[in-house]
Amino acid sequence: MKVMAADPVLADHSTLGSCQTMPQLLVENAERYDRRTALRWKRFGLWEQISWADYRDHVRDLALGLTELGLEAGHRVAIVGDNRPEWAYAALAVQAMKGWSVGLYQDSLGEEFRHIINHAEPEIAILQDQEQVDKLLGLGDGVPSVKHIVYYDSKGLHSYDDPRLVSMEEVKERGRLQGLEGAERFARTVASADGKDVAGIFYTSGTTGAPKGTMLTYGNLMSMATGLNDVDPLKPGDDFLSFLPMGWIGEQMMTMATALLVPLVVNFPEEPETVSNDLREIGPRAMFAPPRVWENNLSTYQVGVEEAPWLKRVTAHWAMRIAHRALARRTAGKQVPPMLWLARLLAEHTMLRSVKNSMGLTRLRRAYTGGAAMGPEVFDFFQALGVNLKQVYGQTECAGIAVVHRDGRARSDTVGEPLPGVDVTIADSGEIFIGGDFVFAGYYRDPEATAAALTPQRQLRTGDAGFIDPANQLTVIDRVKDLMCLADETQFSPQFLENRLKFSQYIRDVVIFGRERDFVSALISIDAANVGHWAERNHVGYTTYTDLTQKPEVVSLILSEVRRVNVDVPDRTRIHRFVLLHKELDADDDELTRTRKIRRGFVEERYRDLIDALYGGEDRCELRTEVRYSGEEVAESTVRLQLLTAIDIDATPPMCGRA
Amino acid sequence: MTTTQFTDRTRAVEQKGLEIRDVSLRFGGVHALDGVSFDVKPGELLSIIGPNGAGKSSLLNCISGFYRPQQGGIYLDGQDLTRLKPHQIAGRGIGRVFQNIELFSHLTVLENVMLGRHHALRPKWWADALYFAPRQLRKELEHRRVAEEIIDFVEIEKYRQMPVGQLSYGLQKRVELARALAMEPAVLLLDEPVGGMNQEETEDMVRYILDVKEQLGTTVVLIEHHMGVVVDISDRVVVIDFGRKVAEGPPREIAQHPEVLRVYLGKGGDPE
Repeated sequence: MKVMAADPVLADHSTLGSCQTMPQLLVENAERYDRRTALRWKRFGLWEQISWADYRDHVRDLALGLTELGLEAGHRVAIVGDNRPEWAYAALAVQAMKGWSVGLYQDSLGEEFRHIINHAEPEIAILQDQEQVDKLLGLGDGVPSVKHIVYYDSKGLHSYDDPRLVSMEEVKERGRLQGLEGAERFARTVASADGKDVAGIFYTSGTTGAPKGTMLTYGNLMSMATGLNDVDPLKPGDDFLSFLPMGWIGEQMMTMATALLVPLVVNFPEEPETVSNDLREIGPRAMFAPPRVWENNLSTYQVGVEEAPWLKRVTAHWAMRIAHRALARRTAGKQVPPMLWLARLLAEHTMLRSVKNSMGLTRLRRAYTGGAAMGPEVFDFFQALGVNLKQVYGQTECAGIAVVHRDGRARSDTVGEPLPGVDVTIADSGEIFIGGDFVFAGYYRDPEATAAALTPQRQLRTGDAGFIDPANQLTVIDRVKDLMCLADETQFSPQFLENRLKFSQYIRDVVIFGRERDFVSALISIDAANVGHWAERNHVGYTTYTDLTQKPEVVSLILSEVRRVNVDVPDRTRIHRFVLLHKELDADDDELTRTRKIRRGFVEERYRDLIDALYGGEDRCELRTEVRYSGEEVAESTVRLQLLTAIDIDATPPMCGRA
Repeated sequence: MTTTQFTDRTRAVEQKGLEIRDVSLRFGGVHALDGVSFDVKPGELLSIIGPNGAGKSSLLNCISGFYRPQQGGIYLDGQDLTRLKPHQIAGRGIGRVFQNIELFSHLTVLENVMLGRHHALRPKWWADALYFAPRQLRKELEHRRVAEEIIDFVEIEKYRQMPVGQLSYGLQKRVELARALAMEPAVLLLDEPVGGMNQEETEDMVRYILDVKEQLGTTVVLIEHHMGVVVDISDRVVVIDFGRKVAEGPPREIAQHPEVLRVYLGKGGDPE
């Protein structure tokens, strides 16, 4: 397959020129790059290419077709689907006609799905396939606003007779029939938009409650994309693989705003399950993924190494040791001595390069992680490998990214320096405020929440606590309201402890408790795959996940992990007691958000008995549990969990306030 | 863009029905089939049920030409199949998924599916053995395309390059279905497609069978013991016991039919 070479013309932002919106950029790029590749999608085992001109034509036809369905300026259009070119066509077509795109997570279910649809009140829903159509039709008469449902994968939909259903092909055909006259109208409408117009509603992941509809303008999105590209320039034609949910602001920033600005070639994976293979085939130049993805990469590597023949294992350990030593010298600002340099070179060629290749990271110029905190060990691992991994910090309300590491100044304990045009200040309360062009237009239909989120100077109250060090690097400690105090008013950050524990390859999720209690305790859910492998290697027989968690060998394995973390933590805030949960925390059980952040309040409520038992000093707890099968049927069962002690409570000084 | 060529092409294939007329099959003194007659209408999903040894698989073997009935005829759109050899019957558009997995376990998923294209390749072996010309390349690409569309249809992209022997049972059954579909059959014979599968695999397979029927318009003849599946997806059901047809009708009726209750539960029915 011929892969389009990078454009010799250097990025000069002249593309942006007079363009203020994404549809304007699309039209401009189609003029300038014409038959060059804009998108690639793996279908039927081959990478199919879509040129800039075709990209524009798809968007134009769809946009004109949608206007025939009644799309007008300011109408909301819900878009739900996997990462595929049609998603991009849909968003741009809606925006071209001055509608607002509303991206939903394709795996969002039930209440969450209903809430967003009811809140945004879309006129039209553009859905990928039967699965999404079923979800929408499942809401019954509850969604009177939706007049048309456009789908683009007809499989299984033949026998559906809802009159609102129409295929994207048909809508496009209706657009195509408008011919030259339509094309002119399209050009006129696209040109008439400006940076102050709202591009769409971006729902927050809902860590702290129901998802909120953040209205972002083109100005917000474009100034972020420009700012990021000023700091970290990419070259036109650089490859990017779009594989994270399109409902996430981070993915839309890259796949839509940044990709249109630079412009990048956006590659869409064949199926969600084939991403790791597709990643290897594409070898993207830039990548943006939450810590979870990097952590998974690392634990896959660790499992691979442990299962490898001894020679490979020894070489891998040696190579990583060398790489870490070289990294340590570089971060300390020291020269790498010649022998170490040579050894690093040898390590690169024997091991490091193939490790990177197996993860598809060989051609990366830059990689970003954001959305949650990353364990320092994960960060250092990729830095040592030679991946230019940086942290970014931002929120949906400021278009995703406001703070990013600069080349050569990436550190695991900070999230970087503000982008040009971003003004970051720390309030007296320790809260981080962000000001600048990035700050959102407001929450959709919620002026009260909007007012609460902004300072009088239109700075965004992030709700995060942090500080800026002398090198102008921002450190984020935790959510302001998540900082906790023990009964004796010792302050601690639960997230810090959680992240430290989660770095262990054997631990998948942790929830820390301790607010107004005598000591810190933890709910831990183990990593089924890694602990499973470990159990196999150590001849520990087990049946189910629940059974595995309660094996004495597994308990002592996790106990040693907890003790390892406790070493680096001040006495009073060490984890005293913990329990291994009988299940993995799951977004389908509302315990996590779709971006896999813990919903602490909900977890605390759900496992109240368990937590009380931990603090009551008991060593066993019976828990009634519900298992939901495919959303409908519910089965109840009882599990017995062991409550474990990492530090003997009596060994610490006596505490006040305990009856 | 969204509808595949494979789907379009198969839709263009005329839907075909089967007529089973008075078919009898004997092995020595054993009457495996005794004067069985029924029709399979074009585009219909017909299930054959009955106790073990009733003659269900023998009937499918008669249709696909592995057995030759001593009496009676089997007609595909009016043409008698009983005198034809199995490969000729396959060539007429009758595809089959076997009860036990009959794949080449050391070949990859893709290679197994490509084998399903064998009938369409029309090789000139003397020429193909001597040189590799654009003609061969074009042919190869064309068939690879169809194979890929089928892989997409049953959603096994992830396993494309894996040897079939390494896959789970449920996935191997899916590959079997894919290989049968690669023949672009007008009539698909399925012998216990969900046998030995867990709940999730069963639901997936049922989904694909319905897709085959609804999207490709293929006529499907299904043998299945899983009554839930039979009642859910069949248009009509034929019940066979001791080589004879004992009942025929819509699934809900059949589930209540006294003969069927007698055959399965040993109650009701008059003592003969």
